[in-house]
Amino acid sequence: MGTIEFVAIFATLSATIRQAIPITLGAMSGISSERSGIVNIGIEGMMLISAFTGYMMNAYLSGMDSLALLGAEIALDSTLRLALSVAVGLLTGGMMGLLHALLCIQFKVDHIISGVVINLLATGISGYFYDPQAETEGKIPELVQNPWPDGHFLNRVGVVLFDKDVITYITFILVALMTFWLFSTVWGLRTRSIGENPRAADTLGINVYRLQYTNLFLSGTLAGLAGVYLTLADVGVFERNMVAGKGFIALAVMIFGKWHPVGALGGALLFGFLSALQSQLQFFGINVPHQLVSLLPYAVTVVVLAGFVGQARPPAHVGQAYEVEGQ
Amino acid sequence: MATEPKTATTSSLPQPVPFRTLFQRLQAIFQTLLIPVLSIITALLLGAGLILLAGRDPVAAYEALIEGALLEPRGLVQSLLKTTPLILAGLAVGFAFKGGLFNIGAQGQLIMGSVAAAWVGYYVTGLPTWAHITLGFAAGALAGAIWAGIPGALKAYSGAHEVITTIMFNFIASRIAEWLISGGSADGEIPPGPMNDPTAGAIQRSPEVLETARLPVAFDYPPAHDLNIGIFIAIIVSILILIILNRTTFGFELRMVGMNPNAARYAGINVKRQTIVTMAVAGSLAGMAGVIQTLGVNGYYEANQSLALGFDAITVSLLAANHPIGIIFSAFAFGTLEQGATRMQRTGVAVELTVAIQAFILMFIAAPQIIRFLYRVRGAAGTGQTLSSGWGER
Repeated sequence: MGTIEFVAIFATLSATIRQAIPITLGAMSGISSERSGIVNIGIEGMMLISAFTGYMMNAYLSGMDSLALLGAEIALDSTLRLALSVAVGLLTGGMMGLLHALLCIQFKVDHIISGVVINLLATGISGYFYDPQAETEGKIPELVQNPWPDGHFLNRVGVVLFDKDVITYITFILVALMTFWLFSTVWGLRTRSIGENPRAADTLGINVYRLQYTNLFLSGTLAGLAGVYLTLADVGVFERNMVAGKGFIALAVMIFGKWHPVGALGGALLFGFLSALQSQLQFFGINVPHQLVSLLPYAVTVVVLAGFVGQARPPAHVGQAYEVEGQ
Repeated sequence: MATEPKTATTSSLPQPVPFRTLFQRLQAIFQTLLIPVLSIITALLLGAGLILLAGRDPVAAYEALIEGALLEPRGLVQSLLKTTPLILAGLAVGFAFKGGLFNIGAQGQLIMGSVAAAWVGYYVTGLPTWAHITLGFAAGALAGAIWAGIPGALKAYSGAHEVITTIMFNFIASRIAEWLISGGSADGEIPPGPMNDPTAGAIQRSPEVLETARLPVAFDYPPAHDLNIGIFIAIIVSILILIILNRTTFGFELRMVGMNPNAARYAGINVKRQTIVTMAVAGSLAGMAGVIQTLGVNGYYEANQSLALGFDAITVSLLAANHPIGIIFSAFAFGTLEQGATRMQRTGVAVELTVAIQAFILMFIAAPQIIRFLYRVRGAAGTGQTLSSGWGER
């Protein structure tokens, strides 16, 4: 095996992780929503609008030395600038999650139609207010530099493990936290119970609507993190319609992972790998039209859905409006 | 009030129509139109808010929109040209809706229809005009039907939800079409796509279709604003769909499956077969939209279409409560909006505003309680949708 191929293998693995992060976070968003009984096809839009607001906040704060906050002047360094931008992105996602919850719970809108509303709103608002001239002072830096220099036998392994931003590492921690949350905490148990049988949970004194609102806010925030990952850590700039179906792929990955965070991570890595192939294939000397390689993740999503949805059992009450008794 | 998908309330079942006076009929029409019209007005007001937020003048923007879309002959021609695919794509969504299916794949089905029509248009020679055009429509409708039938079959036999599969099929269709017309790599390692026109230079597109495949022009506004007969084909198809839905056994079974697949199964309807056929018919409608685009408007296939049409079509269909005749009017509303937006851009307002307006319209249509509350309109009880949209098998 030639050196170029050897290098390309590790570059592909590194790109796999890069591509898998937004899909993993999107799948976590879906799990949070669907486990509490609400179908969320608005993840795509939540990612897009958060990517947009996070980026615009970054552009707005770039070039400012200090920030007047509550009468006090605070020095604005790059960490604070990026932290504020991420916070704005997360909050935007959370608000979209609450809007989805409001439409689904209060107005009993079909969950898929409500999701379409969210997606259209995100495309429209982000496209409308997008300013192509916006410039930023940079994105989130790599958390840990590759400790092994070029030529060291571990250098290539380091390329995969290090040179990543903080959101990448947080994503892996979040998968563990989500698993713990869902299966080992009261909140998680109640979430699963309202997804399976809201009537029974209601009878036992669980406030179904309040829990759904809370979880949809969480769902929006997670999608928001996926969005800001794109504009503040990965790509670094905003482009119109840049999410390009990742939110929908995340939903398929969630089903593939049987609504379990760890399973979803596995699915996301598979899709990350397929997306990574697109940019790396040429280094292996394989000449395939890039259009045909780029349709792989979408085609595999269909195959996976067709092959796995039969065995995967969704939360029993997902997608159905629940009416609290006595209202 | 027309029926909504998957409802099982008695009000949505076909009922004998009692004799009604003219006044009662007018009142019923008024009631039906009230919520959609108020939704559009409210959405435009919210849009004006967005225009103000960006520091522009909403009055000037909307004046330009109306002027550019309706008040000039060429604007009107362009509005009607943009209305045509929206009618057929809206029908593709509405028809599937009636059968309880969510078809978000109109864009992909349209692409496949466009590509097939382009191929027939330039590859098949020696046919008289009527035969060539008919063949183009047949090929486009078939391509669209296959492209929607596969998600239908996947839904029927594996339970893969059509919302995700049709969206994925949109992406797959656009990539395949891009490859078909691609010019290959500069070093010649990757050959050009099989439908690439090498004489087109840097523009990647298919060869031009022959004169015999071009749709006749119904109205011609010089220099280059031709209204082809596509809009009339779309209107005729709408009427046909209305007849199929309301006057045929197939349509009755389709609506029955849409309302309650389990009840339909007990009544002896083959729900799996019905699911596939419903999607295939829906896909053929979107495919025909692609045919008109290729044989009527462009004359070739070019990969410049956005992936938004599938979502536009949902709004078009829901605004008309999935009624085939209503879809003609809601499609015209959106065609106008789309065309006017290009003129509105001159006043400094980005075209994406229309997408936001569309989102607001869809939101108000889906949650009419908001409109009823805002305008203090009383409505019949139980108009709120009680749907279910799980991921399971049907």
